[in-house]
Amino acid sequence: MTEENQTEVEVKKQEKDPKLLKQDHDFVVPGDKIVTSIEYLPGRNCFRDGESVYSKRLGIVSVENHVLSVVPLAGVYNPMMGDMIIGEVEDVHTSGWFINIDTPNSAYLPLSGVRGFIRSGTDLAKIYNVGDLIYAKVISCTRQGISVSMQDPRARKLFGGKVLNISPVKVPRLIGRQGSMISLIKRKTGCNVIVGQNGVVWIQGEKDTLVTEVVNKIDREAHIEGLTDRVEKFLEANLPKGFVPKEEPKNEFDAPSEGNYENKGDDSDAY
Amino acid sequence: MKRLDGRKPDEIRPIVMQAGVLKRAKGSAIVKLGRTTAIAGVYGPRKLHSKHQQDSNKAILKVTYNMVPFSTDERVRPGPSRRSTEISKVIREALESAICLEEFPKAVIEVQIDILQAEASTRVAALNAASIALADAGIPMKDLVSSCTAGKIEDTYILDVAGKEEDVTFCDLPVAYMPREKKITLLQMDGDLPVKDVKNVIQLAIKGCETLYERQKQALKEKWVGDLEDTAKALGLSNISGGKD
Repeated sequence: MTEENQTEVEVKKQEKDPKLLKQDHDFVVPGDKIVTSIEYLPGRNCFRDGESVYSKRLGIVSVENHVLSVVPLAGVYNPMMGDMIIGEVEDVHTSGWFINIDTPNSAYLPLSGVRGFIRSGTDLAKIYNVGDLIYAKVISCTRQGISVSMQDPRARKLFGGKVLNISPVKVPRLIGRQGSMISLIKRKTGCNVIVGQNGVVWIQGEKDTLVTEVVNKIDREAHIEGLTDRVEKFLEANLPKGFVPKEEPKNEFDAPSEGNYENKGDDSDAY
Repeated sequence: MKRLDGRKPDEIRPIVMQAGVLKRAKGSAIVKLGRTTAIAGVYGPRKLHSKHQQDSNKAILKVTYNMVPFSTDERVRPGPSRRSTEISKVIREALESAICLEEFPKAVIEVQIDILQAEASTRVAALNAASIALADAGIPMKDLVSSCTAGKIEDTYILDVAGKEEDVTFCDLPVAYMPREKKITLLQMDGDLPVKDVKNVIQLAIKGCETLYERQKQALKEKWVGDLEDTAKALGLSNISGGKD
């Protein structure tokens, strides 16, 4: 979860403003008027027309300190700078890779976005080949396209494991406040789980089937109260009695164990 | 005056609208106006393959209006026809002004509309269905588009021209309307109408659009809020927390 989302949650709940035609948590469709007042600013998925603020998408209204936004209930992933995403290498070019990150257009990973030294004339397919999964960071998204980079301690190539897709609008719920939900799942099952902001979830471990069920459950029930409690109960009911994970799941920041070409200062090992 | 099917002049046929009827499409809807039935599915926004069609400033919208072979008394020959190509085009233009296409450069949004049963005013039903399906797919829009027909029989203005009426009316005038912006995005006319009547007929059609607009919003609410409530009920809970815990 991004820092911005965390502060959003911590803001104290405001008193209901009678001026608002749609209150916090109300359902809106495109074109619904939320307020007629210049005191409010249109945030995400909202726009101003004259004195009024309207919703642009189907979703739930969120009121934060006179900024109105709509939390979408449906739609494709909208990339943001700094998001960590999981993508599949789609094509290898002479100076980079095209990565499918479930957006209308592929992202580009330039050579400059890769850590370590790459000798000229190297076959780039040896670094990342078509079909490889990578966990990368979005560094820019403009009209011209989306760029991703591996220049982040969390970024890595993903080996093995299971991949499933959830609705990208539900990702904040799967991660939970300050990562509470995801760390609960990891701790209880001992699986390595990585969630991309684009709704792609990577699962590796002995109990991967159970984690798949849990992730799908969260996708389904994301907007219903008491989610963490239900997930905890569900995990307890479905794990064998006295189940203790064999090894602690890896921290996102831990160096990846295999297939690592990083930290190879020695020239002879470079590609 | 009573109409052929017993309706009042300004009465719309029984309306059925339902969102999210297709599982595989990003968004979908079915709309029934009397026996006229349209089903719409939305796919995308996704990458547009055939790069020369791409627009680097905005997404392009592709609309396919299709009548299934069993939709009328006489079998419709499958495949695009002169008529369906034209209707696809006018529907696309009616929807384009409402969708925030500039948010998805180089992409395509595809709308497939099938007419399952035709009994006049099919383009209107198709437009209503497409509009719900687009909102259901989570596509940003400035407004929903609702659409209705109006016409004139003898001295009476009639709303929602249907069935046999289409053959006896002097005029049949479909209108697509954005209720928030109060703008007309489609206006066609079949037949003759004195100049003094045109304004009145358009006004009547807009009145119909506003009624249908409320039903469109209701259909979306039923799907999304209803779904949440059903899941909550299954879990024995009553509260929906919205976007936050």
